Amino acid sequence: MSSAGEHRIAGVGRLTPANPVRFTFDGKAYSGLQGDTIASALIASGVHLVGRSFKYHRPRGILSDGPEEPNALVGVRRDAARATPNVRATVQEIYDGLNAVSQNRWPSLSFDVGAVNDIASPLFSAGFYYKTFMWPKVAWEHVYEPFIRNAAGLGQAPTEPDPDHYAAQYAHCDVLVIGGGVAGLSAALAAAESGARVILCDERAAFGGALRFEAEARLDGKPGYDWAQDAAATLAAMDNVRILSRTTAFGYYAQNFVGLAERVTEHLAAPAADAPRERLWQVRAGRVIIAAGAIERHMVFANNDRPGIMLASAARTFLNHHGVAVGRKVGVYTANDSAYAAAIDLKKAGIDIPAIVDVRDNPQGSAIDEARAFGIRVLTGHAVTGTGGKLRVASMIVEPNKGGAAEIIPVDALIMSAGWTPSVHMFSQSRGKVAWDAATERFLPGTYAQDCVSIGACNGTDRLEESVSEAIAAGESAAKATRKRAKKSKVKIAVEGGGDWTGSMLGAGPNGANGKVIKAFVDFQNDVTAKDIRLAVQEGMHSIEHVKRFTTNGMATDQGKLSNLHGLAIAAEALGREIPKVGLTTFRAPYTPTTFGAIVGHARGELFDPARHTPMHESEVAAGAVFEDVGPWKRAWYYPRAGEDMHAAVNRECRTVREVAGMFDATTLGKIEVVGPDAAEFLNLIYTNPFLKLGVGRLRYGIMCREDGFIYDDGVVGRMAEDRFHVTTTTGGAPRVLQHMEDYLQTEFPHMKVWLTSTTEQWAVIAVQGPKAREIIEPFVEGIDLSNEAFPHMSVREGTFCGVPTRLFRMSFTGETGFEINVPADYGRQVWEKVYERGKSMGMCLYGTETMHVLRAEKGYIIVGQDTDGTVTPYDAGLGWAVGKNKTDFVGIRGLKRPDLVADGRRQLVGLKVKDGKTVLEEGAQIVADPNQPVPMKMIGWVSSSYWSENCGRPIALALVEGGFERMGRTLYVPMPDRAIEVEVTGTVFFDEEGGRING
Amino acid sequence: MLLIHCPYCEEERPEMEFRHAGEAHLERPKNIAEISDEAFAAYFFYRDNPKGVVFERWRHLHGCARFFNAARDTVSDKFLTTYKAGQPKPDLVGAANMNIPAKSGKSGK
Ligand SMILES: [Zn+2]
Repeated sequence: MSSAGEHRIAGVGRLTPANPVRFTFDGKAYSGLQGDTIASALIASGVHLVGRSFKYHRPRGILSDGPEEPNALVGVRRDAARATPNVRATVQEIYDGLNAVSQNRWPSLSFDVGAVNDIASPLFSAGFYYKTFMWPKVAWEHVYEPFIRNAAGLGQAPTEPDPDHYAAQYAHCDVLVIGGGVAGLSAALAAAESGARVILCDERAAFGGALRFEAEARLDGKPGYDWAQDAAATLAAMDNVRILSRTTAFGYYAQNFVGLAERVTEHLAAPAADAPRERLWQVRAGRVIIAAGAIERHMVFANNDRPGIMLASAARTFLNHHGVAVGRKVGVYTANDSAYAAAIDLKKAGIDIPAIVDVRDNPQGSAIDEARAFGIRVLTGHAVTGTGGKLRVASMIVEPNKGGAAEIIPVDALIMSAGWTPSVHMFSQSRGKVAWDAATERFLPGTYAQDCVSIGACNGTDRLEESVSEAIAAGESAAKATRKRAKKSKVKIAVEGGGDWTGSMLGAGPNGANGKVIKAFVDFQNDVTAKDIRLAVQEGMHSIEHVKRFTTNGMATDQGKLSNLHGLAIAAEALGREIPKVGLTTFRAPYTPTTFGAIVGHARGELFDPARHTPMHESEVAAGAVFEDVGPWKRAWYYPRAGEDMHAAVNRECRTVREVAGMFDATTLGKIEVVGPDAAEFLNLIYTNPFLKLGVGRLRYGIMCREDGFIYDDGVVGRMAEDRFHVTTTTGGAPRVLQHMEDYLQTEFPHMKVWLTSTTEQWAVIAVQGPKAREIIEPFVEGIDLSNEAFPHMSVREGTFCGVPTRLFRMSFTGETGFEINVPADYGRQVWEKVYERGKSMGMCLYGTETMHVLRAEKGYIIVGQDTDGTVTPYDAGLGWAVGKNKTDFVGIRGLKRPDLVADGRRQLVGLKVKDGKTVLEEGAQIVADPNQPVPMKMIGWVSSSYWSENCGRPIALALVEGGFERMGRTLYVPMPDRAIEVEVTGTVFFDEEGGRING
Repeated sequence: MLLIHCPYCEEERPEMEFRHAGEAHLERPKNIAEISDEAFAAYFFYRDNPKGVVFERWRHLHGCARFFNAARDTVSDKFLTTYKAGQPKPDLVGAANMNIPAKSGKSGK
């Protein structure tokens, strides 16, 4: 007996007894060897029970030795933040201190309360979810949902944010080889020796694939597994090759774009602090060679899920690679020759094989002869029709297929093989079409959709020698196809031995599920039995897609790697149709579960969506600004002083702007420089307003529509020269307005000589607004006469400001005398500081977007996207004056004449006066004409903007109301949960109706 | 992620450099102000949504910023060809031969 487990056999396997590793499972200490998985180390210690099943809470063991494992899912916990559920015990390597826990059991693995589901199982048959949780509605909230939430999902998610980081890398290669078994290694060698740039990946810790268990194979005179390690080392040493172990090709996308997830530290006891936990590779390959191998299927028979029952290839891997015997008395149930090889290997290691039960009547071949020669009892034409045992299999019930007495044979493990399923997952993901091969009862790659090729077992190539020659040819031709000067590789690999297995069985075995309530599992992870699938067919599911959803067969995290074909075969039999007629469900990414961490990479937290700051941002922070998000921008929202809440700060800012002056950061407005001999003509087509006669040095407020006549954006446009315009857009609209203009310029008006340049980032924009605005900026300005006569409202001049070149706009979004100072962005902060210093001494304040909103609403200025919703025309918004009456064309000219747009009763923008003089309406609130009408009321409009106006001493609101212009002075109602608020329809200008202040 | 051939840059570039821009070969009527409601609806609102080959516009937004046209198969997601704005609809048989991905691997046994 070894310290690394009493089932470890001295002198067998490839692990070194000198490298013990200590770990815990459910709190109990175990010892394994370097190179063990949790599964192999537990079996070495005689532990087969590792979890409870999802639906019935049945005791479950280890079924496989690889990524296809449906049963042996455990939680691996480093700390509260690094607790990973649903880790496959057959993949996770052990390290010193590894802490694993079983899942889906309470209070303990050996005694689980939920196992009552197993006894009550008729209640949980196929379609249970659909049938049981139908009605009444109220039961959903109180009974069904809590029940499903408690029962659903395996394992526990970590309770804290993931502290690790995840790397991401793009890679390009001539040839990507998926799978590092004998075929993948041979192909990679051939492609690399031919001069191609090669990436080879394999999901396991070491290369070799089936050579891990295939003990008889010899390549180049070496034991197969040793050859694989040498081949991997040769490849690793080549400059044109990258080999990636522990790396799963999980997704195959268009044009040979393949996603690989590399697990960098999951196998390490003490990962370096700066190492990424995983790395996402996004590979673009000239050609992809798929060498994904094949997956052994289980036999479907009653109680085939007891711990200790596993795939024959798994038992062989545990023995030949890990040196672990899966039992002392191992039964075999098979439809395939490969289980014989496992039985013989176990027998040679001194394990008792009481019987090989072969469902085939008369299997022939060397494996069968050899088993008999070893004195193993071979029962052909027999089936295992049940098993005994509780937390571990204790016996198998064997019956002749032709009828006769059942024999109960005691065993402590039972290994099985129903044949091998080629892994066509990646091929199918590449949108290739599989083809049914009736002779061998399997789906194989058929029609290819991308530049890829399948080789080896995943291509149905069974013999080792053929796999190797197919792989070398594929590697060489891939190099030739993707590399101009590919040379002929001299790769030659001598092959001896290797399995030559025939035999396959799809669906349930004899006596598998006839009538009696028995559990012959097809899908272990979702607890789907053969009976469930037959029931689904009986209940009218005739497509495999429906059967799958009704039974949940193949829908667990293993995506039915073992169960899909069995399920399909049972459904086909029940339907009386051939398998390919029933269909095969499509394989989708990811091939195995892939973490969000790997996919997200660095794009989280502050890097998820980077924020944009204006050049004045730091000054605003220093001034105590509270910021709001406007698109990607951080904009100063308001500037509270000590003791002020938002309301108080905004009221003060609003008052100060109108009484003295205020300063506002308007940098985020979009800016586009429109230049060229046809610039005016172009803007005349893009805006509803006339632009041809706009004088140099003048500004115009412009409205832009789509062809349908609805407002798209608005902004002020300045004519800097005959052939040069400075266009501004809304903050959020900048990119789409440029796209809109480019679209027309490039595709509808390509004859026009116009150039468009985004200048949003080039200019810092400082708005100074209020009665003292001119006085504040005056000392800084050179080369511009600021007098009202020389520089009236809606003008633009060039000069210098604080010695910096400026485009100085005389304009206002407040209704006060106003200037917008455009200076090169790099000078923005210095200019801002200078103006602030002087303005402050004169009583000026800083104001943010909230005050900007209130002040513009006091003047009835709209905000596109707030007071318009994509169905508002310039006429609806009361801006009909901005539509050029004499223009013969502009974008939207035809749309504005559509019958619906000229009909009566359109929603029109009006002001609302709240009758009680104090209630601030809720933005978005609906408006009705009669508050006493029955529910549902007829809604005739909604509130688009609503604020407390300190300057008016009352609340103000803008609203879109059906036939609003005709309802001036009428009373309408805004129904709220507690009452209907009475409002009067008014004009949209609430402050300084004559508009004299703007020209001060 | 698709690779898209920009006919102006004459390069295949990743999809994230591009933005889709709707159906291609829809010309804004020169006399748009005068056309009937039906003609306007046909121009602005109605779009084909075929299963199979579509002619559509793309913009190489984070590249040369040009709009161009493409023929793409909505079933396979494959671009049959791309061509400059203003060029006529290509002959698809010829185009398919030009731009179809390299020969596929061997078929199953
Ligand atoms: Zn381009």
